[in-house]
Amino acid sequence: MLSLITFAPLVGALVVLLLPKTATGAIKIVALAASVFSLLAAVCVWVRFNPSAGMMFEERWAWISALHVDYHLGVDGLSVAMVLLTGLITPLALLAHWKLTDKVKLFFLLFLLLETGMFGVFTALNFFHWFIFWELGLIPMFFLIKIWGHEERTYASFKFFLYTLAGSVAMLLAFTFLYLATHTFDLIELRQMAARGELMNHIAALVGKLGLPVDPGWFASLLFWGVFLGFAIKVPIWPFHTWLPDAHTQAPTGGSMVLAAILLKMGVYGFLRIVLPLFPVQVADHLNLLLFLAFASIVFGAFAALAQQDFKRLVAYSSVNHMGYAMLGIFATVAAAPNVADVVNEKAAALNGAMLQMFNHGISSAALFFMVGVIYERTHTRKLEDFGGLRKIIPIYAGVLGISMFSSLGLPGLNGFVGEFLIFKGAFPVVTAWTAGALLGLVVTAVFLLGMMQKVCFGPLNEKWKGIPDMSAREIFIGAVLMLFMFGIGVYPAPLLHASNHAAMGLIKIFEGAAQVIH
Amino acid sequence: MKSVSYLMVAKSLGPHLLLVVGALVALTADLAFFRQKELAVRRRGVGVITLVALVLGMLALIRQYGWWHPVNLLNGTLVVDQLTVVFAMVIVALTAVTVVISMEHEIGRHVGEYYATMLFAAVGMMVLVTTEDLITIFVALELLSLCLYILTAFHKNWLRSQEAALKYFMFGAVASAFLLFGLSYLYGVTGATNLRAMPAVLTGMNPLVGTGLLFVLVGFGFKVAVVPFHLWAPDAYEGAPTPVTAYIATGSKVASFFVLLKLLFVGLVGAQGTAFWGHFSSGWVMLLAVMATLSMVLGNFVAIVQRNIKRLLAYSSIAHGGYILIGLIAATKMGAAAVLFYVIVYAITNLGAFGVVAALAGKAGGDDVAHFNGMARRAPFLSLLMLIFMLSLAGIPPLGGFFGKFYLFAAAVERDSQNFGLLWLVIVGILTSAVSLYYYLIVLKHIYVHAPAQEDRIATPPSLTFCLGLLALAVVALGVFPQPILTLLSNLLARL
Amino acid sequence: MHVDWTIYVTFIGAGLVMLLPREAKTLVRWVALLTGLVGLAIALRSYFSYNDCVDSLIRKTGSGFWEIKNIAWIPALGARYHLAVDGINFPLIVLNGFVCVTGILFSWNIENRTKEFFAFFLTLIAGVYGVFMAMDLFLLFVFYELAIIPKYFIIAIWGSTRKEYGAMKLVLYSFVGSALVFIGVLAVYVAAGGRTFDILELAKHPVSANLQHWMFPLIFAGFAVLAGMWPFHTWAPTGHVAAPTAASMLLAGVVMKLGSYGCLRAAMLVFPEGLSYWRWCIAGLAVIGIIYGAAVALVQKDFKFIIGYSSVSHMGFVLLGLATLNVIGMSGAVLQMFSHGIVASLLFAVAGRMVYDRTHTRQLDELGGLAKIIPFACVTFVIAGAASMGLPGFSGFVAEIQILAGAFEMNPWLAVGAAVSIPITVAYILNANNKVFMEKDEAGHGHTETAHAHPLPPITVPEKVAGVILMALLVIIGLYPSIMLNMIQKNVALFVGGLR
Repeated sequence: MLSLITFAPLVGALVVLLLPKTATGAIKIVALAASVFSLLAAVCVWVRFNPSAGMMFEERWAWISALHVDYHLGVDGLSVAMVLLTGLITPLALLAHWKLTDKVKLFFLLFLLLETGMFGVFTALNFFHWFIFWELGLIPMFFLIKIWGHEERTYASFKFFLYTLAGSVAMLLAFTFLYLATHTFDLIELRQMAARGELMNHIAALVGKLGLPVDPGWFASLLFWGVFLGFAIKVPIWPFHTWLPDAHTQAPTGGSMVLAAILLKMGVYGFLRIVLPLFPVQVADHLNLLLFLAFASIVFGAFAALAQQDFKRLVAYSSVNHMGYAMLGIFATVAAAPNVADVVNEKAAALNGAMLQMFNHGISSAALFFMVGVIYERTHTRKLEDFGGLRKIIPIYAGVLGISMFSSLGLPGLNGFVGEFLIFKGAFPVVTAWTAGALLGLVVTAVFLLGMMQKVCFGPLNEKWKGIPDMSAREIFIGAVLMLFMFGIGVYPAPLLHASNHAAMGLIKIFEGAAQVIH
Repeated sequence: MKSVSYLMVAKSLGPHLLLVVGALVALTADLAFFRQKELAVRRRGVGVITLVALVLGMLALIRQYGWWHPVNLLNGTLVVDQLTVVFAMVIVALTAVTVVISMEHEIGRHVGEYYATMLFAAVGMMVLVTTEDLITIFVALELLSLCLYILTAFHKNWLRSQEAALKYFMFGAVASAFLLFGLSYLYGVTGATNLRAMPAVLTGMNPLVGTGLLFVLVGFGFKVAVVPFHLWAPDAYEGAPTPVTAYIATGSKVASFFVLLKLLFVGLVGAQGTAFWGHFSSGWVMLLAVMATLSMVLGNFVAIVQRNIKRLLAYSSIAHGGYILIGLIAATKMGAAAVLFYVIVYAITNLGAFGVVAALAGKAGGDDVAHFNGMARRAPFLSLLMLIFMLSLAGIPPLGGFFGKFYLFAAAVERDSQNFGLLWLVIVGILTSAVSLYYYLIVLKHIYVHAPAQEDRIATPPSLTFCLGLLALAVVALGVFPQPILTLLSNLLARL
Repeated sequence: MHVDWTIYVTFIGAGLVMLLPREAKTLVRWVALLTGLVGLAIALRSYFSYNDCVDSLIRKTGSGFWEIKNIAWIPALGARYHLAVDGINFPLIVLNGFVCVTGILFSWNIENRTKEFFAFFLTLIAGVYGVFMAMDLFLLFVFYELAIIPKYFIIAIWGSTRKEYGAMKLVLYSFVGSALVFIGVLAVYVAAGGRTFDILELAKHPVSANLQHWMFPLIFAGFAVLAGMWPFHTWAPTGHVAAPTAASMLLAGVVMKLGSYGCLRAAMLVFPEGLSYWRWCIAGLAVIGIIYGAAVALVQKDFKFIIGYSSVSHMGFVLLGLATLNVIGMSGAVLQMFSHGIVASLLFAVAGRMVYDRTHTRQLDELGGLAKIIPFACVTFVIAGAASMGLPGFSGFVAEIQILAGAFEMNPWLAVGAAVSIPITVAYILNANNKVFMEKDEAGHGHTETAHAHPLPPITVPEKVAGVILMALLVIIGLYPSIMLNMIQKNVALFVGGLR
């Protein structure tokens, strides 16, 4: 099932490859069909998913016997929502480019490849092919930015690629060492080893065998930072975020949508799937630093967004800010809080909130980037000061933008609220000071989002834009689907929380164990 | 002293005599029948007569090879065993190929004299290999040398030919004097002119022996053109008619090295000394080591800057002289086998190379390297042969030159397998042969890479092409299947 | 027909080509292609039958060697005509087959002295086949040098840009390298008693440790020159640049592997003591080469120089893997030899054949916007580049991750040092891709487009076929490395076990 989801876009890509360049209609339909197929399959998975069953839909075959690598797939509460999100956003992003005329075949081909990579990351349970998919997402995105991007596309695409790859290399090194120590790349096996405390023993044994003049604990921290770097760049966590504004701003609309909605989640997901389970002790050791980074992402991200003059850049910085919340929720889980009465519940709230935030941000950032794309197509500018008063001439647009903005801002009743509320609720008792500081970010978030809204839709109308058409049916459809989720989750978040809760509790248990190891 | 069987002497000298008769017939025939004919016809006619003589000589040698016991007459003055017969055969074969080359090459009006002199030189070489007596060695060497001086000067109206001959003659005469002087010392110390009688008397080094040794080596050094006694070679090689150059570079070297080997291994075994790294002790090995090193280094490096192909080959042959000395320095049976193998391969290869030069130079307009530009287009087959010869000289497998070098070096390293005392010499040899590849490739570059000045095909007579092709085949065969020759040589040397 | 027939078939093909008339160019090409295909077919057939029986072979004999021929050749020296294959050289034999076929396809457009070109080309290929199979040092040396000379002519005649200089430099470097090997071979031969050159015999009865300490670096360095080990690498970029496409493919794809294979088989197997004495030095030089090659590639202005230096960098990975002396690192090294063989062939095919032959320039500044004109070249470059930067899913990743793991086990800093090169690799590949295929001026035209009044000829069928073959290999090995890694690892394990 999961293989089907993952490789359906690849098959679609092959079909597109065989179609003639000129058959743009057929290409678009094939691409959309493939991604919708994956979506339907993902919905099936979602429906049949049983949160309390642990890992489901597992597939496991021997693959590279020489390296003890198995082809191992499965979804649990950590990933199932992400699979769904990927399935949802990709067809919408394709729809957003339905009118594309420049190198159509290549565009849709790359997009389908990208989708395979994203699905693969969320379903793979063996580092070896997980990493294949992880990097597979890179090349199509590079070209999407490079070929269909805006003015500074070359610089942005290079920066994106190099940053991500540098992080990957650090991660790869760390995993190479882990492999040497344990002779497995299987993420689940590694997780179990770590839970039993064996992973540290293996690392210590190998460090001893190599005769390295270092403390095994210190070395394990080094490995942790290696893996951390890989994901922190992807998330991105301050100060590794500088590639993001460039890449997001320069990417074509669909690219930005997927980049913000899904690719960033790959980083957060990495924390959930790999960093926390494998390095509980190290995360706990460096907790304050990590919390500071999350805090910095929230606050600095928000302030940076506040200073932007570019519509798209502003939305991009808002992503840094929003991912900071998710990271805060995740790191809060790790903290030892002996004084909090019902610590497990609070932590579960924070972690569930973080996972919900991932999904929510996927929806809202996709919506925002899409809206930027819509207006850019009509005005060919992204400067905030060029806009103004658009509410009067394109009211539907203004409405959709407003709702998306409020979703992102965290207005109660919309999805963003539930996630952020849970994060703050859970994190506050556990890591009070940092959470309190992050509240500052929350305020600034509201300021810059509202300011953006104000600059674009209200105020005096720029005469130049008189006569631009409002959103087309296709665009409204995309917006509607996304808004459906905004409202739906805002009102009834239970299915998502239900799905993630079991997995969240599993993670928290690890840290209870780790906390005991420390104290 | 035993009584001499004159029948035996006659039988032993049969091949020599056949060549002398052949020389006289060639002279007479030229005078009587061909004088009025065109030069080309004369060259071919008299050349065929010469060839017939050589073939008859070869047949006689084959009969001698079948003799079941070696012959030693007149107290070592005339020694016929299978080893000497084999080398006499090599010399006859080389002479024959030289004659074939000469038939198509401009050698002036004195055709009969040319061939006769060449045959006399061959006789000199044959006597040289079939003797173990110091005086006969000297006489044979003189016969050979005088003939070669004359042959060198055969381009009568070309000044360089004269100059080359004169230079060759002057150096050669001085060398002969040195040699004679040295031999007289050896005689004085040992009281014997027979090589086999010398070692019994010659135990340990005394100043007289040392002096004699030095002079003998100087004399031979001139003959085989090793540094620092090489100065005549480039001029003589360049100035002499190409077939004569080929003959000087091959036949005379084969004979000289053969007799030098006999002199050192049979006559002077008591006075080798060593050239092991850190364990030098005086004797001919040490002197040879110095000469070998100088030859390899100087020969190869100076060859790089040569623009004339014959001069280039001259320096290359100086370097090859150095390699061959390595085998002598090893002073073992394996070394001796290696030297003889190498000399044969070297002679075949060089004869082939000069043959190609002789065949092409006339039509190419000269024998500078640049004249051979694009020869691969104009004469593809001969170019292919040149490729084989050059690569063999450079020591590229699977050609004979490679195996010869390998065998030489292996013999030298094996000489002191505990401490690798001679490895330094081998390293010099190997590294300088890497240098040598450079200039051989330069020649090949002109032939294969550069564009030709004219596009027309150069036709060569089939007899010559066939002969050179055979030589190339031999070079390949000696590299790929050296075993038969190696077995032969080591069997023969076992009786030395 | 056993796999040694690859040698004979290729030699026969070369001879056949030589006999054909000069004017029959098409016939010459087809004969050459057919020869290459037959060689490849033989190699592949034996490869898979070996793959099937490797386990039982190891169980039965305790060694992974599949004896092909072992007959006396020159008894006077003890040299034997000994050919054998195992999981270490089989991938390289197959690689040679593939590079041969695709090299011929990429040389389809050679009009100048076609016949001679293919004759030299096939001779070189045959020599390389021989080196990979020879188990006798003398024989190996013979084949090794046999492969040197044709390179000179191929580059000097059909090359470009200082071709005579590049050719001469390459040949002299190789020859000096082989001179070192020559000395080492002689020394070990004599030291082992002067009876045998057989690698397996010599490995069974190694010479004393003291001798190994100085003999090992001779042979190793000799071969490493050809493998492009820093600081003996300088022939590689100039040679690659000067060479015609097929020759640079062969040079980077196969001939550099001759060097690393020689290091592995002749130096490491015969001198275990010398190896453990020098391995740190080798690993250090390898890491320097890895970073140096990548860094220099980053600042090149010439398309081919970039790829030339990248080869230096990637061969550094091979040497690093060899120096690790553990199963994983060395398996990675062997796989990297194969992988880089394909990658480098492909990259040079793009730079030399697809781009240079059409635009007649390799300067990055003069190129640009080619993606639109010859999109196939762009796709090929991207895929080969991705494999080259070790992106997962391509063969380079499987190889490099193992090498890194092996290096880690030796010393983590080596692994870190090597890994530093990966982002640099990414940078120069992307940069080249951008400058050559993307970049356009204000008017939306690539430099190439504006510089050429006539449209560039499209990519031909032979180019496409060859490119697809090589790209498919990259992906197949990248996604299903077991097909090769199994036999490599089993034999490397025996190899490493034998060293201890």
